[in-house]
Amino acid sequence: MMPTDFKDNEALEQLRESGTNVVLTTVSDLVSWGRANSLWPLMFATSCCGIEIMAAGAARTDFSRFGIEVYRSSPRQADLMVVAGTIVHKMAPVLKRLYDQMADPKYVVAMGNCAISGGPFRDSYHVVNGIEDIIPVDVYIPGCPVRPEALLYGIMQLQRKIKVSYSLPLGKKEEDK
Amino acid sequence: MTDQALLDKVLAFAPGKVAVEEYVNTYPALRVEADALHDLARFLKENEETDFDYLMCLSGVDWGANLGVVYHLRSTRHGHVLVLKTQTPERITPTIDTISDLWVGAEFHEREVYDMFGIRFTNHPDMRRIFMSDKWMGFPLRKDYQASNPLHLETEGAYEDEGIRKLASGKGKDETFIINFGPQHPSTHGVLRLVITLEGENVDQVQPHCGYIHRGIEKMCEHLTYQQIVHLTDRMDYLSAHINNEAVCLCVEKALQVEVPLRAQYIRTIMDELTRVASHLLFWTSFGMDLGATTCFFYSMRERDHILDIFEETCGARLVLSYVCPGGVMYDLHPNFQRRVKDFIREMRRRLPEYHRLLSGNVIFQGRSRNIGVLSHENAVSFGVTGPSGRASGWHCDVRKQDPYHVYSQVDFQEAIRTEGDVFARYMLRMDELETSLNIIEQLIDQIPSGDYAAKMKPVIRVPEGEYYQRVETARGDLGVWLVSQGDKFPYRLKFRSPGFSTLAALPHLCHGFKIADLIAISGSLDFVIPDIDR
Ligand code: SF4
Repeated sequence: MMPTDFKDNEALEQLRESGTNVVLTTVSDLVSWGRANSLWPLMFATSCCGIEIMAAGAARTDFSRFGIEVYRSSPRQADLMVVAGTIVHKMAPVLKRLYDQMADPKYVVAMGNCAISGGPFRDSYHVVNGIEDIIPVDVYIPGCPVRPEALLYGIMQLQRKIKVSYSLPLGKKEEDK
Repeated sequence: MTDQALLDKVLAFAPGKVAVEEYVNTYPALRVEADALHDLARFLKENEETDFDYLMCLSGVDWGANLGVVYHLRSTRHGHVLVLKTQTPERITPTIDTISDLWVGAEFHEREVYDMFGIRFTNHPDMRRIFMSDKWMGFPLRKDYQASNPLHLETEGAYEDEGIRKLASGKGKDETFIINFGPQHPSTHGVLRLVITLEGENVDQVQPHCGYIHRGIEKMCEHLTYQQIVHLTDRMDYLSAHINNEAVCLCVEKALQVEVPLRAQYIRTIMDELTRVASHLLFWTSFGMDLGATTCFFYSMRERDHILDIFEETCGARLVLSYVCPGGVMYDLHPNFQRRVKDFIREMRRRLPEYHRLLSGNVIFQGRSRNIGVLSHENAVSFGVTGPSGRASGWHCDVRKQDPYHVYSQVDFQEAIRTEGDVFARYMLRMDELETSLNIIEQLIDQIPSGDYAAKMKPVIRVPEGEYYQRVETARGDLGVWLVSQGDKFPYRLKFRSPGFSTLAALPHLCHGFKIADLIAISGSLDFVIPDIDR
């Protein structure tokens, strides 16, 4: 049933009179809302940008305000992979494997110029020029290194993206299929 | 011994095989025939008068017609330095005798040279590639390297790796098994990978696998101007970013014989020490977390943020500063600088006892760190474990004292030393150094002279032909920069002797016989920064 089907207010009024609180939403929205606010990131940092992730978790910027503080060491328990740092040829298979091990739904944030394009090391013989060659990316956060504030902004963009996506096949509109 | 006496002595040892290098060089240098190298090295190490017990740096270099290996030796007793240079006769199947039987630390360095230049070291116990995977085509640091290596995404099977095959073979006992640790593991502080053989719960062998963040900085530097190189250096050991920048700048300044204005020297020294404090604070965080004390994180990151604020106000960056440029620093200080630094020192002094109450005195913490992973003085020197880890074994290896740069010679400070050599000593030594650094800053902060903050430099820097070596003390130890210039605006070869690389070589030795949980404590106490190891 879609929210627009509530043309008739009688049902709502009856519920109201019996003392029930009514919130109108779809299950899909509810699930997306929940997902967006409890992202569990994978602990994965290869270099300098990883230090700024640590800083983002400290008292000043405190990313637990946004529900992303439960850092997991195992990809099987994580929904979000923040790729912080340079990815080199030797690391690329590992990155792909970690991504494959994460359970759906999963999201990837490319943090820092290195993850986006190879950054300062773009010309090197051993550096991957952007992780989108390996795994799909949801949000790119530029910076070298990315400031903690920028990381928060980037992750909030991801949350927005999750909130507007249809999280259940039931809720999918015809044209999205 | 004077340099001349030293040279005479060596020339007398192997007449006809050794010649004095006429090239411009920071240290006295000798050209040695490849077949005489091992004997000469043994003589230099074992002779009382020369006593070269510390292999400072071992680098490969491609001279075009042939390949060379250069050894920087230092005597911890006499303080003199000698450079040995040898060349392979040809470049198709180049071989040189190993010296890893004399200096254990050479084992890793020789593997690096093999990986990058393809020089095989005969009698080496474990001649494998170290950074690149076994399948990698070509040797990247050779000048004619053109191999194209496409990106492979398939994960290798464990037994495709030569090193792991080696570990697995020759192990007959039932209880022995091999576990893989990293490269993605919260306790490796990055992407270090260790393959460990266990006898029950006890560690038997540890085999470090590096290269998961090998970015090829040395090769990139060969196509960048000196000003550009500075920006790559802070991405190596990003926790001592400022000190890394300095290493290259000091080397260039030494080569050009530029006089850096006193004001710039003061600024650099103060920023050095602030960087060191920030780095040790992060060590405190991560070490505490490794051993299960999560609270440390919130305490030390709070203080560290004060330093980062000062950095940000000074140069706009928080972590990788690139504030130093050849000749001085990029900008003058912010008017708030002195006040804020003084505030920070006051704050930090107030907090330090709290740190000790929280962690240092904790019974569980002490139980897990005392008498664990003991590194003897002799081994520290032989492996080349410098910095706080070396000083915790009683080795006076502080470059700020041995080879003072900037204004360190005018500052009154004690080199922190402990002799136990265990995990706890390494931890406490860093806590001691926090106080030392605060003292140094305090002495300098009111004395900053007025004047220029940078010497005038040409926009295009051409370093005169020659070979130059510069050491600095980062928060992890002795960082050496070996610069070979042929008078161009790009270096011909730039080698970073990173402290972490030598320290990593000591890890297998330290962990042997301890429990697997102690391995975390030991590797945490060595304070690795992986991009510093891999470069
Ligand atoms: S983007 Fe910059 S700061 Fe981040 S990992 Fe790359 S080099 Fe380091």
